Amino acid sequence: MSTTGSLSTKKLRPSDFARLSAVGLRTRKLRAGLSALGIAIGVAAIVSVLGLSSSAQAGLLSEISQLGTNLLVVQNGQSITGQTAEMPKAAPAMIARIGPVTHVQEAGSISGNVYRSPLIPAIDTNALSINAASLGLLRTVGTSVGDGSYLNGATSQEPVAVLGAAAAQRLGIDRVFSGERIWLDNTWFYVAGILRPAALVPAIDSSVLVGFPAAEHYLGFDGHPSTIYVRTVTSQVQAVDTVLAATANPENPGEVDVSQPSAALVAQADAQGAFDDLFLGLGAVALLVGTVGVANIMVISVLERRSEIGLRRALGATKGHIRVQFLSESIVLAVIGGVLGVGAGALATAIYASSKSEAIVIPVLAWGGGIGAAILIGAVAGLWPALRAARMSPTQALWSV
Amino acid sequence: MSQIAYPTHPLGDDASPLDDDSRLVLEVDQVTRVYPSVPPITALRGVSFTVGRGELVAIVGPSGSGKSTLLHLMGSLDRPSTGSVRITGLDVGQMSDRELAALRATRIGFVFQQFFLAEHQSVLDNVADGLLYAGVPLAERRAQAFVALDLVGLAERAKARPTQLSGGQRQRVAIARALVGQPAIVLADEPTGNLDQATGQSILRLFEGLHRAGVSIVVITHDRDIAAHMSRQIDMLDGRIVSDSGSGSADS
Repeated sequence: MSTTGSLSTKKLRPSDFARLSAVGLRTRKLRAGLSALGIAIGVAAIVSVLGLSSSAQAGLLSEISQLGTNLLVVQNGQSITGQTAEMPKAAPAMIARIGPVTHVQEAGSISGNVYRSPLIPAIDTNALSINAASLGLLRTVGTSVGDGSYLNGATSQEPVAVLGAAAAQRLGIDRVFSGERIWLDNTWFYVAGILRPAALVPAIDSSVLVGFPAAEHYLGFDGHPSTIYVRTVTSQVQAVDTVLAATANPENPGEVDVSQPSAALVAQADAQGAFDDLFLGLGAVALLVGTVGVANIMVISVLERRSEIGLRRALGATKGHIRVQFLSESIVLAVIGGVLGVGAGALATAIYASSKSEAIVIPVLAWGGGIGAAILIGAVAGLWPALRAARMSPTQALWSV
Repeated sequence: MSQIAYPTHPLGDDASPLDDDSRLVLEVDQVTRVYPSVPPITALRGVSFTVGRGELVAIVGPSGSGKSTLLHLMGSLDRPSTGSVRITGLDVGQMSDRELAALRATRIGFVFQQFFLAEHQSVLDNVADGLLYAGVPLAERRAQAFVALDLVGLAERAKARPTQLSGGQRQRVAIARALVGQPAIVLADEPTGNLDQATGQSILRLFEGLHRAGVSIVVITHDRDIAAHMSRQIDMLDGRIVSDSGSGSADS
């Protein structure tokens, strides 16, 4: 009869476990809400910082992919004597023969200055450059005409110029009207159009473009391209890159510079997160404060609920049952805060990103990490109070009230 | 109330045949309890008595007589310093903490002076919590809780919150919670201490009814008038039993 074999503690059913975890939260809603708020603020800060920078980054990357990562720019390098080298006139045609190359356009740098009129002091150059440009240039560099029209077969023969976006601004020209002229290297050139900004090739923005034949006729241009814009099949960019220099200038491949403009933008996108560390640090501090808040609440809760602990022990709860109840309550509390925080952070990101027409991106790291951090915080904050509750002797718990 | 069939042998899973000893739900044998303070406090000094199945016993004594300590030991909430406490034949001193918890979950019902009801849940769920740690599913717990509430005459208030009940009704709910697991013994600590006299009397009548239905009940009280209602009184003073009106099973 004195055998204890028939006595075994029962594990709580998951549904009972869930109900027990919520006891403290249901009975003290305001207090639970306030301590969850601490966690929510920290998580919201972290999620919104990561969300905002990811959204901005995604915006930039989508712009890059719209412009294309398959643009390569071939430029004059320096000769062995330090002079600016010169590419052969046949370079664009030779490059066009490389298999994966889809478009080749050229521009030639012309020395000289551009003014609104001959009356402008010569020193006010506005840092503008003059370039001879081929007729298909715009599509290749990824820009278009904002006002007026681009050069065509006829206007490229005549003293007609097209202004880059920045060049037009600096000259004080915001629209194109009939008979509008600029003073270009001591010759009047008519303005045919104004371009939109070229994100991939900012050098075009501060340029005044004229046709190759007109440049040779009116401006004494020698016809050698100084910059060749090459579009390739996207998957073959690296392969084309390696042969471009030798193709453009077979005699002196070392005197040619090849670059990929989208690479610089990608680097810029990567740099977008530079301030993140600071804000993440602030979020982490908020989380730490929240953790202390939850721990404080749990300690108070254990003290206040001694009679409940005693009663549960009298009803047959083991130390483990009590420990698990308080630990899970702390985790539930923190997770509620975490979920609210992720929601608030996501909302902030959505509002900000849509106000800037950027894609809304909430990285998995942000929301997954937010919830994960909340679980960890709940466990850490609740561990000691839970152990304390479990250690409490049932007689003390019941008869100290 | 006494018409309701209350199982007289709650240990359904206990396969041993009923012999003389198995009539005893509680055996306290030469129990002492010394609290290790400076100087040590001896709360119980060699207390012995037994409680048979279906008995209604009052343990009565003034403050400091050791009756609360005795309740802790009888309820397996504490272990004796020397001597032994057996509940349905199981020696409390030999059992692990987990086994004691299981013992309380299945064989002991507690009734407290302060009721200890959870205000955020219904009367029915409060009673059902009496089976929470016995591994019974919620639906079955509620079904049994309803039966227990019926037993104390509060079935119609099953959905009410404890705050909507009077003191006497709350104590009935607490008694139903103690009864729901059909324990071998119910231990009541000053069950009328927070109630006015009339309400206290009704609780005592409830105990008497349960006693007639075969429930073993031990009531701890300092009030001799209350003790007088019980069929057997054990008087305590200074950690000793000074008299036992029982059938001679006690010898202090």
